Amino acid sequence: MKEITVTVNGEQHTASVEARTLLVHFIRETLNLTGTHIGCDTSNCGACTILLDGKSVKSCTVLAVQANGKQIATVEGLAAGGELHPLQEGFKENHGLHCGFCTPGMLMRAVELLEKNPNPSEEEIRWGIAGNLCRCTGYNNIVKSIQYAAAKMRGDELPDTEPEFV
Amino acid sequence: MANYIGQAIKRVEDKRFITGKGKYTDDIVLPGMTYAYMVRSPFAHAKINSIDTSAALAMEGVVAVFTGKDIAESGVNGVPCGWQVNFKNGDTMKEPPHPLLVADKVRHVGDAVAMVIAEDRATAKDAAEAIVVDYEVLEAVVDAAKAVEPDAPLVHDDVPKNMCFDWELGDKAATDAAMASAHHITTLEFTNQRLAPNAIEPRAAIGHYEEANDKYTLYTTSQNPHLTRLLLCAFVLGIPEHKVRVVAPDVGGGFGSKIFHYTEEALVTWASRRLNRPVKWTAERSESFVTDAHGRDHVTRAEMGFDAEGKMVGLRVKTLANLGAYLSTFAPCVPTYLHGTLLQGLYTTPAIHVDVTGVFTHTTPVDAYRGAGRPEATYLLERLVDTAAHEMNMDPAELRFKNFIPPFDGVNQPGYQTQVALQYDSGNYEAVLKRALEMLDYEKVRKEQAEARKNGRLIGIGFSTYIEACGIAPSAVVGALGARAGLYESAQVRVQPTGKVSVYTGSHAHGQGHETTFAQVVADKFGIPMEDVEIVHGDSESVAFGMGTYGSRSLAVGGSAIVKSIEKVIEKGAKIAAHKLEAAVDDLEFAGGKWTVKGTDKSIAFGDVALTAYVPHDYPQGLEPGMDFSSFYDPANFTYPFGCHIAVVEVDPETGKVELKRMVACDDVGNVINPMIVDGQIHGGLAQGIGQALFEEVIYDESGQLVNGSYMDYTMPRADDLPMFETDRTVTPCPHNPLGVKGAGEAGTIGSTPAVVNAVVDALSHLGVRDLEMPLTPERVWRAMNK
Repeated sequence: MKEITVTVNGEQHTASVEARTLLVHFIRETLNLTGTHIGCDTSNCGACTILLDGKSVKSCTVLAVQANGKQIATVEGLAAGGELHPLQEGFKENHGLHCGFCTPGMLMRAVELLEKNPNPSEEEIRWGIAGNLCRCTGYNNIVKSIQYAAAKMRGDELPDTEPEFV
Repeated sequence: MANYIGQAIKRVEDKRFITGKGKYTDDIVLPGMTYAYMVRSPFAHAKINSIDTSAALAMEGVVAVFTGKDIAESGVNGVPCGWQVNFKNGDTMKEPPHPLLVADKVRHVGDAVAMVIAEDRATAKDAAEAIVVDYEVLEAVVDAAKAVEPDAPLVHDDVPKNMCFDWELGDKAATDAAMASAHHITTLEFTNQRLAPNAIEPRAAIGHYEEANDKYTLYTTSQNPHLTRLLLCAFVLGIPEHKVRVVAPDVGGGFGSKIFHYTEEALVTWASRRLNRPVKWTAERSESFVTDAHGRDHVTRAEMGFDAEGKMVGLRVKTLANLGAYLSTFAPCVPTYLHGTLLQGLYTTPAIHVDVTGVFTHTTPVDAYRGAGRPEATYLLERLVDTAAHEMNMDPAELRFKNFIPPFDGVNQPGYQTQVALQYDSGNYEAVLKRALEMLDYEKVRKEQAEARKNGRLIGIGFSTYIEACGIAPSAVVGALGARAGLYESAQVRVQPTGKVSVYTGSHAHGQGHETTFAQVVADKFGIPMEDVEIVHGDSESVAFGMGTYGSRSLAVGGSAIVKSIEKVIEKGAKIAAHKLEAAVDDLEFAGGKWTVKGTDKSIAFGDVALTAYVPHDYPQGLEPGMDFSSFYDPANFTYPFGCHIAVVEVDPETGKVELKRMVACDDVGNVINPMIVDGQIHGGLAQGIGQALFEEVIYDESGQLVNGSYMDYTMPRADDLPMFETDRTVTPCPHNPLGVKGAGEAGTIGSTPAVVNAVVDALSHLGVRDLEMPLTPERVWRAMNK
């Protein structure tokens, strides 16, 4: 067992973990942050994507001990002060999710994508999320969701998403 | 008051999913929980000589190890099959047992032989590795065509030639005669390859027995918790149904694979009582690949006959359907009643005969996967039509227009009686093709194709005009076809004293957005805000009964059940309103959330009537208090969505790689409650259909090893493989359900596959390519081009 200290969504946690514990299991089972999902065992689906020191990583491919001393951001920390992140808003406005299982990973991947490239083309978005599998949406509306968030974060006019009927 | 029906309302369920607060089965942790890990066979066919569990049992943290012997001794049965298909001679299909853990002989890679239960997941897995199984490896058969050969190894000793059933539908003599006199016959022989459904959430189950009240709870990744409970209680474990609660919480996609009652659900439930502790099992993806029911796997020879004018005169089909090693819950109906009955397609073909043989092999069981039988039927028909158009030098769109069933609305014109048992409800098939051609700008794209060809570029256009049978379905009909369950749906509408409404539906959402769509219907019908409506599903404790979600049935059947209960509420509400307004019921009208005396401004609001029902001080004599109605809705017929999908592809002449440049889809799913959600369903379906055409295939080697059982090796469409989809719709309402809806869950998958393959063949037709085996990998395409 080894003791590690990590900062998760701004909060510091210290715990002892087995050397073989994967970061995703540590996040889900030790920290009880179950928004980060496990969809495969070969690092191909991206459902477990989180930010490690600001970089999107598949947390099933990182050992918990490797995260020692680092900053972790998960989907639970995305809505700052209860306000939805533009990406969360984009996914809701554009029907970017069906079952929701891949969504946290998609969101966390897209956070870094937009940080690096605030004005991505459709092709750049598609390449940028190609490491994350979605079986429900056909990606069409995920791409639109990310375009919406990018526009919002740049302060541009938002694409029409058919107004919510009140 | 708001008119919600037809509006693209943003989904109410999204908030929990985008904030990481969804509650999926594996997220649930119960006090004292233990973790199960299955020991699975690495061989496709082997005799089990012995199992040594001693080393595992000696490990710290191991709670128990169970083998097939323990299961057999406890008197527990295997998982049953829910659909019976008879042999042509009337004999009942062969239905070998499917034990929870096998004791004698494994029959596919992944067959479970032992279950280890430990204090934590990792210990359970370590202990599983310490179990020594002495296998005597036997010869396996994986291919359906080989399995019926006389000297093939038998999957089950008492099933000769591995034949589960043979089955036929249609008029054989008339079809043979029509084909004999046909001017032109187009023949195709192909495999509709095996697919893995691959919902991104792996299956999981938690059994929780509470001794204090002798009650079980099963949390499971299921598309139909009530049916799972029924099968689990009555057929497998033999425990009273009222002592078992089944909860299917948030479920991360299903696509058919989570319809079925799986062995692991029964195992954790059984073990939790043995141990008096909760037992959780969560599949690893490699386990999902070998245990989630696969889809498709048909070997087919199909012939379509035409007269000199290009009118279809006959269709003859022979299919071998690979069922895998055991019969999964609905397996027998998929290649028969969900496939053979759809072979009329959209066409007036006067003579059809289909012959299907269901075959056991040493592979993972095969069952319904998105579309289930209908994609196979559509692939067969639509490949034949485009191939025939090429052969007869006709335009594929023109050939379709020539053969379409004329429009009928099912009200003023009767439904269309097919040659293969079904009666279509309503349709306007020309309209979807016309609209799709407009969306594509067909003539322009054909010109571009011709220009490109001159420059050595390979562009192709492929069509598919499909029909499907959804809203499964009238109980009497499916019963006559072999279903061992009714296929109605239930709904309870409980109006709370304050006029807020809770709706308990037997449908189950795992991505379809019922919490939004159903609430739109309820809010509209009552004239109340959507925020006042809550949709509850997935828990047998709160929902009285349900048949679950599959076959695009939720809105057509489940939504109709809700409407029935709504009507009962409104009928009772009118009596209360009449009393309060001192008017006759017939003088009232209900609109905008209130009952009004016609021609006056005297009215009473829905909420006030609800409160009166629960505080019945001033109340109609003889009327029961309360405002809570349940209904069961058994539809009069299936629903028949249809549509046209057109693919435009470009093939790289150097590598054979296919680029899908455009995907145009005009679908008719009847009335639409939420166009945003319907479009989303179409998109997802298109992606899965395209996946089959271009990327996906479950591959077994000769010994029965699954050689691509991981996401590293099994190719699913990723974001960069697909274009933006171009979708539109026509609306031909369903004439026999109160919402006029037909269902949208499977349309995209059913229509798109042949459109893509037709497009690639079209791109290469001038090089002599006539047919290609799916998936159209660059290697296959390149080889075909360079033959």
